[in-house]
Amino acid sequence: MNDADFSFRGRAGRMPPLVWLLLAALLSQGLALVLGSVAIPLDALGAVLAGGGESLHRTLVLELRLPRALAAFGTGGLLALAGALMQVLLRNPLADPYVLGLSGGASVAALLAMLAGFGTSLVAGSSFAGALASTLIVFGLAHGTGSWTPTRMLLTGVVMAAGWGALISFLLTVSPVEQLPGMLYWLMGDLAYADSPWPVLGVAAASLLVMLPLGRTLNVLARGGLQAAVLGVNVRRMEWLLYLLASLLTAVAVTTAGSIGFVGLMVPHMLRLKLGNDQRLILPASLLAGGTLLTLADTLARTMVAPQQLPVGVITALLGVPSFLYLLYRSR
Amino acid sequence: MASLETHQLLIDVPGRADGRCLDLRMQPGERWGVLGPNGAGKTTLLHTLAGLRAPRAGEVWLDQRALARWRRRELARRLGVVFQERHDDFPATVMETAMIGRHPYLSPWQRESDAEVALAQAALRRLDLEHLASRLVSTLSGGERQRVSLATVLTQAPGWWLVDEPTNHLDLHHQVATMRLLEEQASAGCGVVMCLHDLNLAARWCSHLLLLYPDGEACWGPAEAMLEPAALEKLYDQPLTLVEADGAPVFVPRV
Repeated sequence: MNDADFSFRGRAGRMPPLVWLLLAALLSQGLALVLGSVAIPLDALGAVLAGGGESLHRTLVLELRLPRALAAFGTGGLLALAGALMQVLLRNPLADPYVLGLSGGASVAALLAMLAGFGTSLVAGSSFAGALASTLIVFGLAHGTGSWTPTRMLLTGVVMAAGWGALISFLLTVSPVEQLPGMLYWLMGDLAYADSPWPVLGVAAASLLVMLPLGRTLNVLARGGLQAAVLGVNVRRMEWLLYLLASLLTAVAVTTAGSIGFVGLMVPHMLRLKLGNDQRLILPASLLAGGTLLTLADTLARTMVAPQQLPVGVITALLGVPSFLYLLYRSR
Repeated sequence: MASLETHQLLIDVPGRADGRCLDLRMQPGERWGVLGPNGAGKTTLLHTLAGLRAPRAGEVWLDQRALARWRRRELARRLGVVFQERHDDFPATVMETAMIGRHPYLSPWQRESDAEVALAQAALRRLDLEHLASRLVSTLSGGERQRVSLATVLTQAPGWWLVDEPTNHLDLHHQVATMRLLEEQASAGCGVVMCLHDLNLAARWCSHLLLLYPDGEACWGPAEAMLEPAALEKLYDQPLTLVEADGAPVFVPRV
């Protein structure tokens, strides 16, 4: 076998990384179920999952830990997938799902809902509406009167994000003191708000199914609009699809767990360093790795200073910043 | 075979008067060179021929059909473009880059077949890139990247090659090898349009020439008819000396 054979990842070479990531995902779910205020021995966990076990263990695993672990997995997967898509859209390997100001819009709407004294589900709905509103504003403005370019879109998003940031600070200053902890937890990202894991998991699976057949098209698009057009890609239509889908994924993630930083930026970027830039591999790998990372981070957040819980966004940032800086330092 | 024609074409160079309409009739087997000073619109013309840029007026026809009436994917099997600028923001190996040339032939769920991998390997071999197949494109030199772009179009195997500065960054040996590759493609029945800076490469390797003047004027025809020192001096606003080497004309700028 010569070099050229080796360097092109054929079908056979594509499976192992995904198998490893799937194993890691299952392992992280196992850890999340076992660890907590009451540690559950492995045999007891097996009994519960088989449909038996003690009632305390059943409650802990099936009603508390499993939904939360699955929600963490789904949210992390969505964020990483959205990040990977946003990076291709903006032709920038360092873009993240929040770079276009989407989480700012969601946060402002969520804080307003909290100020108005709404319950959890209304806060979630409000943040979803805020995210979509921000998405539409950025896309409309970046489009402007002429054609849009990735740079113009990035700038529009960054400026919008700064604006949302100012509004968030304003809302925090005028909010009553007793509401501040809840607001800060939401802003840092917290899975305690996640009611049911099914929306995130469903959206993650559905979007992966939509994007997988387009993986090769994304590979071509990552090389620039002109090159993609010459190779037969309908660039405008793909960019619309990418933007709307990445925004939808981020909006669902933000609605579930607030704005959790670094997962969407770091996971696809690290995977690309290891696995190359074939989106047919990177997209499912991002979903699995992002889910795994957030499940582990949330487990840490629940257990590190138990019985107190930390916002999971703090953990991802504390893990993310040094590892990302290290990667950047190491890269050429 | 598919001809590439322009009908009353005015390329859209911002801030320039219309100039002369282009009515080119380019046939497979011909090697067209586009000459002109900086900013004359060589790249704009090439992008317009590829359907990447709307003309100010007129139409481009491929195989008796206006470009606008082709499906982009169908067009991608017939027109290949080597760009002057490339985006290597994401890590990709040389082999992966050559393989994207097969994109227009594959349906969404389809994977590259062994035959297509072999095609890309042959293209890399043809451009002396075999030993670099697993290297990241971002780690290559300018000339090597230029050859990767040529290998990508060779893998794409289009009927028409639109090449912007094929010899950019290339050393002398690879300049000749590249021009030989384009000549070989033309004699195999492809059409070639290339923007060139080097008059002597144009004189040696092109069958037809199109001279683009900065004011939008243009003239075109068989190469031997276009290589008039007076016309070329006017084109570049540069006095030239004509000498002969190995029986071929060589233009040297007079200083």
